[in-house]
Amino acid sequence: MNLELTDEQEFLRDAARDALSRVKTVAAARSAIEDPSTLPDLWPTACSAGWAGLLVCEEAGGAGLGAFDAMLVMMEAGRVLAGVSLLGHLPASELLDRGGSSSVGDVAEGSARACFVAARPPGDVVAAWTVEASSGCVRVEAPELDAEGRLDGQVCWVVDAPGAAVLVVVATQADGGGPVAVVIDGDAGGVSIEPVVRYDATRSLGHVTFAGASGSVLQGVGASELASAWYLAQALLGAESLGAVETALATSVSYAKERFTFGRAIGSYQAVKHSLVEILRLRENAYSLLVYAGWAYQDAPDEFPLAASAARAAAGHALDYASRALISVHGGLGATWEHDAPLFFRRAQLSRRLLGGLGDATDRVAGELLGAA
Amino acid sequence: MDLSDSPEQAKYRAKVRVWLQEHRDEAPVFAGQDEQESIAARRDWQRTLAEAGLAGVTWPVELGGQGLGAVEQVIVNQEIARAGVPGILDVIGVGMLGPTLIAHGTDEQKNRYLGPMLHADEVWCQLFSEPAAGSDLAAVQARATPQDDGGWRLSGQKVWTTNAHFASFGLLLARTDPDVPKHKGLTMFIVPMDDEGVTVRPLRKLSGEPDFNEVFFDDVALDADAVCGPVGGGWGTALTTLMFERLTIGLGSEAMGYRAERFAQGIAADAHARRYPEVRRRLGELSLELLAVKFSGYRTLSALQQGQIPGPESGLAKITTVRAAIEAGDLMADVLGPEALEADSEWAHMISYLPGLKSAGGTEEILRNTVGERVLGLPPEPRLDKGIAFSELRAKEREAAAALSGSGGS
Repeated sequence: MNLELTDEQEFLRDAARDALSRVKTVAAARSAIEDPSTLPDLWPTACSAGWAGLLVCEEAGGAGLGAFDAMLVMMEAGRVLAGVSLLGHLPASELLDRGGSSSVGDVAEGSARACFVAARPPGDVVAAWTVEASSGCVRVEAPELDAEGRLDGQVCWVVDAPGAAVLVVVATQADGGGPVAVVIDGDAGGVSIEPVVRYDATRSLGHVTFAGASGSVLQGVGASELASAWYLAQALLGAESLGAVETALATSVSYAKERFTFGRAIGSYQAVKHSLVEILRLRENAYSLLVYAGWAYQDAPDEFPLAASAARAAAGHALDYASRALISVHGGLGATWEHDAPLFFRRAQLSRRLLGGLGDATDRVAGELLGAA
Repeated sequence: MDLSDSPEQAKYRAKVRVWLQEHRDEAPVFAGQDEQESIAARRDWQRTLAEAGLAGVTWPVELGGQGLGAVEQVIVNQEIARAGVPGILDVIGVGMLGPTLIAHGTDEQKNRYLGPMLHADEVWCQLFSEPAAGSDLAAVQARATPQDDGGWRLSGQKVWTTNAHFASFGLLLARTDPDVPKHKGLTMFIVPMDDEGVTVRPLRKLSGEPDFNEVFFDDVALDADAVCGPVGGGWGTALTTLMFERLTIGLGSEAMGYRAERFAQGIAADAHARRYPEVRRRLGELSLELLAVKFSGYRTLSALQQGQIPGPESGLAKITTVRAAIEAGDLMADVLGPEALEADSEWAHMISYLPGLKSAGGTEEILRNTVGERVLGLPPEPRLDKGIAFSELRAKEREAAAALSGSGGS
């Protein structure tokens, strides 16, 4: 048994931390709230670091690494609120690789940025492949591919959709066949991507509409690969959230040691101390579940849906708690734009509602366990 | 990232598994036995396990152990759980008190006590907690007074003592000098439980189990060689025991039976409940905590294999386990209704067991303090017990309590 990071993983993590530290991402997150155009483009950073091809096999020009390696990079991005477009790109790149797409070389290199237009796989209660609607919590059916190869439908709140060169769309087939992955250029006819920014300006989102758009179907990619890509996205979002938790914890702890009230450091009060330990407890749990997801992806694919859903739910819950505690520990200051705390809070609030939301991930944990019982 | 055994570990596991398969019929079964019979059967089973090298796995070879690592101990625990047979009877002795004797005892003490402990000929109990010294263990008041002949006289009370009613010996933390600060005036003793002046009174737990006791010491005479470790150095000796306690609990957690799959099976049997959103949310939330604990355990084990000793942060896993199990008990009873609270229901037993477990080995609040201070480096709360003699501290406490009770309110 060995769950320690390998030397290569430590190098990957440290290199990511170093590359991202050259851009003032947290300050950029603040200015982008008022002017989204000031947000730095981190895609060149991602490409030169080799992250675009992280999950693509070496023969196709990638690094051939695993899900846990990708999670390590996502943690570093989350730590500094960097919007790197990997959440949309990495699951798409993995599907393009599996399907032997001709675009995989460009995608691995990063010259073509990909975006996964995800659909939630059927579970033990809902039998359909569903996507987010523009409002409300009722999910709608995934886009449909007709017999002539035309795609129709809408998917809302798609992470990293604006500006993507290649979309990998989960679609159902009008003839009732299994779900397929449809590859379409982002600027193809019949495709429209409406960019949306909500609350967390670092997160690029888009409402993607298909009106008779034609694309190609990835061969060899079926329901289980599409489900796996959904769960990979869950694990990556979890990892990104956990990175933000770590910053929130470190910032809160350091303030609790230097801020004095009634003659002593506020970190000495049990009420404050216990709240900080709660962040640590939630952090440890979420990290353990990310380890579980990384291991399952590689060695126990049957458990990956459970592990990834649990990791996403735990990390999302940890970030919810940590981002609120970060504000509380800092008192009134924590709730002003003078401080970084609101930026982490914004990240928590939006992340919680993406890709099915935290509630859905939690439900999926129950569904997987009940299904196996 | 590798969860599998190394070739040597796989070989060891296979050996343990084969032995357990061949001997599982000798293991005691728990059904309709009275307590005496059950204890006798478990003594025999521990002896059998010890003779096969499956008890005291981490003890040195020259003291009757196997000289192996924590990983091998975990392999034995896992295989025992897998075989569905009970583990050793004296977990506290073999897991915590024996290792304390090994670290601090004299050669005579090790030769005299360790063999019979390992074979369950003599079961041990841990005489640390008192009515007014639990989380604040260094506040113990049981008093041992030195005698002219080099021996000691012991008086006081201990409580929450598992197995005291059939133990042969206890490891007891006593105050030997009340005129120095509280952590300094303590000494550890080996106390024969059949000595004159020792009285054991059973305490029933909330769950009804009779394995808890309070123990009274009335002018008990102890020989000079009853001292374990340095006189006045009892706190250091106690810390060794507590470190092994953390390790024993940490490595044995899989065997506690709080697994996500178990609760899911209970819910899945109910066609309505398994589709009911609130039930699913609650099941999902508690399950992910239990899954996290399982993998935190693997992380601890992995760290042990790299030669690291688990730090106080491993206490967080205990907090999570207890919280999630309490949620699980509530959920099962909400789904099944009052039927779940029937006396011999597995859920009723679990529900009753958990409130006590929450404080066992230190309350959740104290654990959070420890983790906050040792792991996050947060400052401790100001303490009023540092640097003053224990006797003076007690006088101040009494004075303050009197002032508070006289200060009105209701």
